[in-house]
Amino acid sequence: MDLFNFKMPEQFIIMNNPLIIGAWISIILASVGIVFFVTKYKKWGYLWREWFTTVDHKKIGVMYILAALLMLFRGGFDAILMRTQLALPDMKVLDAQHYNEIFTTHGTIMILFMAMPFIIGLMNVGVPLQIGARDVAFPVLNAVSFWLFFVGAMVFNLSFVIGGSPDAGWTNYVPLSGSELTPGVGINYYLWGLQIAGIGTLATGINFFVTILKMRAPGMTLLRMPMFTWSTLVTSVIIIFAFPVLTITLALLTFDRLFGAHFFTIDAGGMPMMWANLFWIWGHPEVYIVILPAFGIFSDVISTFARKRLFGYHAMVISMVAISGLSFVVWVHHFFTMGNGPWINSIFSITTMLIAVPTGVKVFNWLFTMYKGRIETPAPMLWSLAFIPNFLIGGVTGVMLASAPADYQYHNSYFLVSHFHYVLIGGTVFGCMAGLYYWWPKIFDFKLNERISKWAFWIFIVGFNVCFLPMYLVGLQGMPRRIYTYKAEMGWTMWNFVQTIGAYLMGIGFILIVWAIIYSIRHEKRDRSGDPWHGRTLEWAIPSPPPHYNFSRMPSRITSADPYWDAKKRGESMFDENEPLKPIHMPNNDGMPIVMSGFMFIAGFGFVFEWLLIAFIGLLGVIGTMVWRSFKDYDADHYVQVEEIERDQAELQASLEGRS
Amino acid sequence: MLPFRKGAWKWLAVAGMMMAILSGCEPIKTGVLNPKGPVAQQQYDLIVWSAVLMSIILIVVFVLFVVIMVRFRASKLSKDYEPPDEKGNTFLEIVWTAIPVLIVIAIGIPTVTTTFDLEKSPSPNKKPITIEATSAQWKWIFKYPEQGIETVNYVKIPANVPVRFKLSSHDAMNSFWVPELGGQEYTMADMPMTLWLEADKPGKFQGRGNNFTGRDFAKMVFTVEAKKQSDFDSWVAQIKKTAPKQSEKEYKKLLKPGTVGLQSYSSYPKSAEVKNPNMPGMNHGGMDKDEMKDMPGMDHSKKKKDDKKKDDMEDMPGMDHSKMKDDDMDSEKD
Repeated sequence: MDLFNFKMPEQFIIMNNPLIIGAWISIILASVGIVFFVTKYKKWGYLWREWFTTVDHKKIGVMYILAALLMLFRGGFDAILMRTQLALPDMKVLDAQHYNEIFTTHGTIMILFMAMPFIIGLMNVGVPLQIGARDVAFPVLNAVSFWLFFVGAMVFNLSFVIGGSPDAGWTNYVPLSGSELTPGVGINYYLWGLQIAGIGTLATGINFFVTILKMRAPGMTLLRMPMFTWSTLVTSVIIIFAFPVLTITLALLTFDRLFGAHFFTIDAGGMPMMWANLFWIWGHPEVYIVILPAFGIFSDVISTFARKRLFGYHAMVISMVAISGLSFVVWVHHFFTMGNGPWINSIFSITTMLIAVPTGVKVFNWLFTMYKGRIETPAPMLWSLAFIPNFLIGGVTGVMLASAPADYQYHNSYFLVSHFHYVLIGGTVFGCMAGLYYWWPKIFDFKLNERISKWAFWIFIVGFNVCFLPMYLVGLQGMPRRIYTYKAEMGWTMWNFVQTIGAYLMGIGFILIVWAIIYSIRHEKRDRSGDPWHGRTLEWAIPSPPPHYNFSRMPSRITSADPYWDAKKRGESMFDENEPLKPIHMPNNDGMPIVMSGFMFIAGFGFVFEWLLIAFIGLLGVIGTMVWRSFKDYDADHYVQVEEIERDQAELQASLEGRS
Repeated sequence: MLPFRKGAWKWLAVAGMMMAILSGCEPIKTGVLNPKGPVAQQQYDLIVWSAVLMSIILIVVFVLFVVIMVRFRASKLSKDYEPPDEKGNTFLEIVWTAIPVLIVIAIGIPTVTTTFDLEKSPSPNKKPITIEATSAQWKWIFKYPEQGIETVNYVKIPANVPVRFKLSSHDAMNSFWVPELGGQEYTMADMPMTLWLEADKPGKFQGRGNNFTGRDFAKMVFTVEAKKQSDFDSWVAQIKKTAPKQSEKEYKKLLKPGTVGLQSYSSYPKSAEVKNPNMPGMNHGGMDKDEMKDMPGMDHSKKKKDDKKKDDMEDMPGMDHSKMKDDDMDSEKD
């Protein structure tokens, strides 16, 4: 360990490929363009006050979702490149190294920098409104979570152009990812991008756990919480238990790589298989972290658009808790083929299959929510409906994979690849889309355009199945994942070509979704009244967008899990209008999170390049900002005065009258 | 937009998906669905059994889904239809909890029995042959301890004879997979594991490394040729007679990262024998218990001697791993 050793990687600035040069050009153009326009229109102050220092959960949610969409673009572009390379045998679009980097970044980005922030963004937008809270329990910590995630994502994405990307797969198995077999900075980028973002996620878990337990409106008992809030509570518990494992695991490999420790090395008593265990002890709960909130979204959306109360609310809660428990006792099924012995494999086969039981209960309860309902199919419902058959395909193949001896034949093949894309896209991505469409007219005062959105939906759904159904077949034909090319005589060509067509269709679907957003921002009808879907839960009882304090009066008539629906049935308001307005206690904006995360970026960059002096300066900065913040704690909150609340209400009234 | 509004495409898409799932598996007759030995056959049977059960679930849910979507679309219902306010139905919910449990039992039992079966020789009354398969970046090395020969990137086995593959890795973890003969097992450094395979009849099969190992992972394919016992014996004799001997140096060179073509050797150096694990007392399930007894010793001091990293570290006081290791071992043996 030498503080002043500034060793350079083989290549600092990556320029060896036309694609990467293209990326450089677009990064520089985009950065210059952003700086130019923000400066020209004098928006720096606005950005700093309203976004960079905000602690408002709705704005943080929007930033999370925006970042997730950007990462979806990056990860999706990786996917398109891979599918292009595999469209035909012996293609030369990507060389082996480049392909290996791209499948690694695709997986890592999609799980950790797309699915996670998308889900957490929706939690931020939805949960406080659903439980009648004015913000989360720890608003500044929430901003810290976001900026740590953002910095983690930036560190990870930087690898593409500076120093070289990680190339050992998103599972990053040792000994391949150890410093002997993969020297250089790529794996360090993986370790530090995930480490920084992971700390932010852990804080999010604690934050939402406390928020939901402590900040519900009067009358909202645990068993009257909306299903999305329930799923967030359960997810928070999983995060709190699973993410420390990731933190430790990444730290151990960091010690191996940077300081010559031997936790995972082949020799000197290290245990490579321990990585697989630790990684999946975090990794399996992790996939439930991204799927359970999606289940919550589907529950809320389906009961809203079937115009019917959720079927079997208690069973839905119990099954979710059961899934969260099982999620911690199935991790070995990711490596049945590592010689665990028949007893271990048998037990983990059974625990894995058992997950089908609570999940099956949920599927039938969703179906029977719609049974005898009055089903309408706007965009959020379309994504929720598509989820049921697609996720089911992923689910039943999951049960097949759970059978250890059969898994000997599926493991690491395209059968597996197809399975997890069916559950992750069919579950999480569809859920994110449903949630985005569902809450968009709550975050803003307009819906997303239905016509473009339906085109986007159908092209994406068709593309998705065209891309991934054939993967089951090539998988059974013996095609392994993570190969950058194949020979024509393997007989995989036709299905691979079909898959590539599907991937391009999904790309078009994504572009159309972005187009729907842009089009709607400019053309869609504005409506601030706040209940565009005839919603059932609290968030629809307040105007769109809600004032920054969410509720001018606290909701007071919560007697069921569908309080707003019931109130509307009774012809009542959720709020006691006779109650006089009172000043509202709210948190102040704070610059600490973004500054601290900036130092974290410096620390991360230093550790990636093993420039320890810079790394320690960054860490000192992180600690310094925390100390600084602790001294300005008296400046953390303020009261929103009654006059301001009245002004907001008058403004809303004017807008509603102007509309009619 | 018209067809979308009518919803016809949705049903077409759903029907298409079902047909693809149900019928799609039929035309393929290579790989996993083309078992050519008892191990692959057993796994194939399990796959088909679970696929049948899963298809039943798929059909039930898809039919329910379609029926509900058709019957209860808002556009199909009268204007004043008001959905009932029902909380749930305990009986129904118990039914659809119980059915998945039964299905789990139906798949679980053959899963467990097969899991234990695969630990044993597929044909216990036949005398097996042992072949050591070692993965290195980016080639497969096959050693025949009984015959004393070595091949690279191809392997020949006697048909109708159970083969005990002793799997290990020189560096990164790989996975040894010959789909038509049976499922895979990982190759790991310092943790040799056993995989039983057997070919029913003579034939040629594609095998490959199935766990990512870096740059030329895609090229880690090998052919497995099952021959009649007499043909196999004469092939061994021919290798013994015509192929060169492999020196220590040549073997070391072979292990260095890179790709090579097919190679054959009439002998291999002692250091090439599959190393035994370095952790006494660790029970690696995949390993033969009786083999553990006659493990000569955990000799890995030789390993990675030429590694440059090691040189740096040997300067550090107290960091001499090779020495530390041996001391540890000695005390444990006592």
